[in-house]
Amino acid sequence: MRKYILKRILLSIVILFFVGFIIYALMRCLPTSYLESVARQKSMTPGSKSFEEWMEQLKATYNMDSNIIPGYFKWIGNMFKGEFGDSWKWTVPVMDKFHDTVWLSFVMGAISFFFQIIIAIPLGVIAATKQYSKTDYAVSIFALAGISLPTFFFASLLKLVFSVKLGWFDLFGLVGRNHELLSASGQLLDKAHHLVLPIVTLVVISVGSLMRYTRTNMLEVLSSDYIRTARAKGLSERKVIYHHAFRNTLIPLVTIIGGSLPGLFSGALITETLYSIPGIGYASYHSMVSGDIPFSMFYLVFLAVLTLAGNLISDILYAVVDPRVRIA
Amino acid sequence: MRDNMENTPKDVFDAEQPNVHVQQTPSKLNELHAKKIVEDNKDKNGNGNAPDGENYSLNDDRRVKVLSPGALVAKRFFRNRLAVTGLTILVIMFVFSFIGGFVSPYGEKEIFYRDEYMLKEYAGAVENIEFRYASAPSGEYNSIIQAQSFLAISTGKTAFTYRDVTYTVQNEGEDFYSIFLDNKMIGIAFKDTMTPSKAGEVIPFEVQYSALKAYVGGETSFTIGGEEYTISDGDVFKGGEEYAYISRYVIQAIMPDVFLSRDFKNALTDAIEARNGVLTGSTTFEYTDDKGEVCEYTLEYDAPAKNWEIKRQTLTTNIATYSYPSMSHWLGTDRNGMDMLTRLMYGGRVSLVIGFVVVIIETVIGVALGGLAGYFGKWVDNLIMRIVDVFYCVPSTPIIIIIGAAMDHANLDPQIRMLYLMLILGFLGWPGIARLVRGQILSLREQEFMTATEACGVRVSRRIFKHLIPNVIPQLIVTCTMGLGSTIITEATLSFLGLGVRFPFASWGNIINDVNNTHVLTTYWFIWIPAGVCLLLTVLAFNLVGDGLRDAFDPKMKR
Repeated sequence: MRKYILKRILLSIVILFFVGFIIYALMRCLPTSYLESVARQKSMTPGSKSFEEWMEQLKATYNMDSNIIPGYFKWIGNMFKGEFGDSWKWTVPVMDKFHDTVWLSFVMGAISFFFQIIIAIPLGVIAATKQYSKTDYAVSIFALAGISLPTFFFASLLKLVFSVKLGWFDLFGLVGRNHELLSASGQLLDKAHHLVLPIVTLVVISVGSLMRYTRTNMLEVLSSDYIRTARAKGLSERKVIYHHAFRNTLIPLVTIIGGSLPGLFSGALITETLYSIPGIGYASYHSMVSGDIPFSMFYLVFLAVLTLAGNLISDILYAVVDPRVRIA
Repeated sequence: MRDNMENTPKDVFDAEQPNVHVQQTPSKLNELHAKKIVEDNKDKNGNGNAPDGENYSLNDDRRVKVLSPGALVAKRFFRNRLAVTGLTILVIMFVFSFIGGFVSPYGEKEIFYRDEYMLKEYAGAVENIEFRYASAPSGEYNSIIQAQSFLAISTGKTAFTYRDVTYTVQNEGEDFYSIFLDNKMIGIAFKDTMTPSKAGEVIPFEVQYSALKAYVGGETSFTIGGEEYTISDGDVFKGGEEYAYISRYVIQAIMPDVFLSRDFKNALTDAIEARNGVLTGSTTFEYTDDKGEVCEYTLEYDAPAKNWEIKRQTLTTNIATYSYPSMSHWLGTDRNGMDMLTRLMYGGRVSLVIGFVVVIIETVIGVALGGLAGYFGKWVDNLIMRIVDVFYCVPSTPIIIIIGAAMDHANLDPQIRMLYLMLILGFLGWPGIARLVRGQILSLREQEFMTATEACGVRVSRRIFKHLIPNVIPQLIVTCTMGLGSTIITEATLSFLGLGVRFPFASWGNIINDVNNTHVLTTYWFIWIPAGVCLLLTVLAFNLVGDGLRDAFDPKMKR
């Protein structure tokens, strides 16, 4: 087991190296970068140096004067020292901006993930036990509609209904107008109030896939032999489903839930941007759009690490939870 | 077994039964019944086939209807109500997007205009609240004496002294005074202005004095120098001809080329007087000009400037932005004055085409690499799967956002941009399909039928294309159908963020993009809700069909 994990981690590092290289090369190859626009702006001011001179100076300042391959190795070297440079867009060190934003995203992600589990698993189980019933159809359609809803459209609808028509929530932002005047607990409540719509959006958009996954797995378990045996023994339907079937459904569920845990840190790029919630998704969207290489680079590699970690966790959990799986 | 019984009389009766209650009387039914049987027999005899099914022996093969695997899948698929609903929605969407564009009377980029009445500033009117002065031809009524006389008038004195000379002020009427020096009139102070009707004409002092005096005193005529003048409602006539007019208001047009007629000025003065000194709010009045055109004017008091503003309803041609749904534009018009329904049709075309192209690119790369990895195994498999791992880890949405932003900077042509978008989306999406194909082929390769093909000496290429690939296709079709839905969402999201399909091309995503303007979100539902509903329905339909296909392809499925 330990050997397997070690092997997977080493492989992940190799994959990460190449992923990082692809991202770095892409960022460096972009036709027009942030530096060029800054240089153009600076060269416009009266009595200034020429565009080329500014460009050279800026490249030297921002460590962009080397070729792609040496530049990448330099970036990796700095990464081991924990230095990711300064964000151009936010004009603070990348790590500072990361610490400022990631926890908000994590809280938002964790709350919505909690709600997803609470909603998806019971509904999925019920739909599977009553296959082809009206409940099943309703759950299936609800799940599919959630998957099919474009985030931005759903967010706009929520805004129209709850912010504009009913006036319950603000359209944008994490804090209200008089946030500074509130007491500490009031400020917390204010933030919670502003997070309601984003979390509802996240839950509805992503609850569908977990629901379908639960339903499919539950159906598979229900059609297996030991369930038939349990029924043949004359156990009550309740006991069959919640004692025998559900426990076995938990195996794939725990695996997939464990695998999604690292993803909670990745932030919700679109949702945060739509509601202007200053989490990591929002910060990285604006960094990416304005061509902020250090922050975007850091964020993309961070996402890749999260994906790899998620895969690793779910594979390990699978072996831990399911006694039939043994990894040499 | 039920299928081969279709033509027996009993079955025909069954099939007709629902109609009995609706339209057919029993006797008619019997006739129909008989006819049907005859027709059926005729059909069979015509085709030269065996007679009725009843004549088959029990173990005759023809009693068993054989369905190909494809037909079985289709049968299972069409039994799934959700999947059929999805298919129906898809068909409607395709017809709407691909045929709708030809049916619609408008073009994708056709801009519509509308004539609107807009309130435009037309004239200004100032009530003359300060004295104006006129000097008699003989007298010296200079500005210093004017000021002195004003002082005397405002303090209510009837005489004032300036440099040891005493002047007398005589009140001739309301806001109308004459100033005398040694019983000789040297000038007048007045507030009602007198303007000649003909431009450039100078009104003699005597006439002005007499006219103003008559006007203030409410007289209707006066005579000066043998000429008789009549006054009515401020108009001064000389021998029946319009000569001048007297008014408390100074009225000027805003635009230099507009000539304000006397009639208009009268109407305006009346309107101002009708307000009885109320300065807040606005009133409207109508005025018919010489050409018989009726225009509505709005009168408002501009307190800081202390004048009256007259605005006229002017007919202006504007781009019809955000016009509400009407008979000519069923879903109104958008920000650029283009017909929303037509844009929606063309937008659907773009969204669907992008979805298909991207999925085709993904499938081609995925099947090729996955097939290679699965069939050859060993180091080829290892290499390809590591590449797949790397691409699987590259976060696609952020990458596309970055490239979209870069394309924004580069100011690419919208058409080329659309092409790049498809290539990038396709190139980032293939690892999932490659994994699926490889996994399938790995397990199929070990199965007995593959051993059998090898034993029979079937060529390698034939083994791959005739025996392996067809077995992967069911899963592939399901994945591609679902993939179409998610690709359309991705494209729409990018277009929504302004990084995907750009104007002048429409896509469902960039139609909804307008919602970033809060005013559109709150007021113009017809701009973004229909596009969102189309998007939702299409993606939902693709998912439903994909789900239905998965169930239909699964031979273990009982229903």
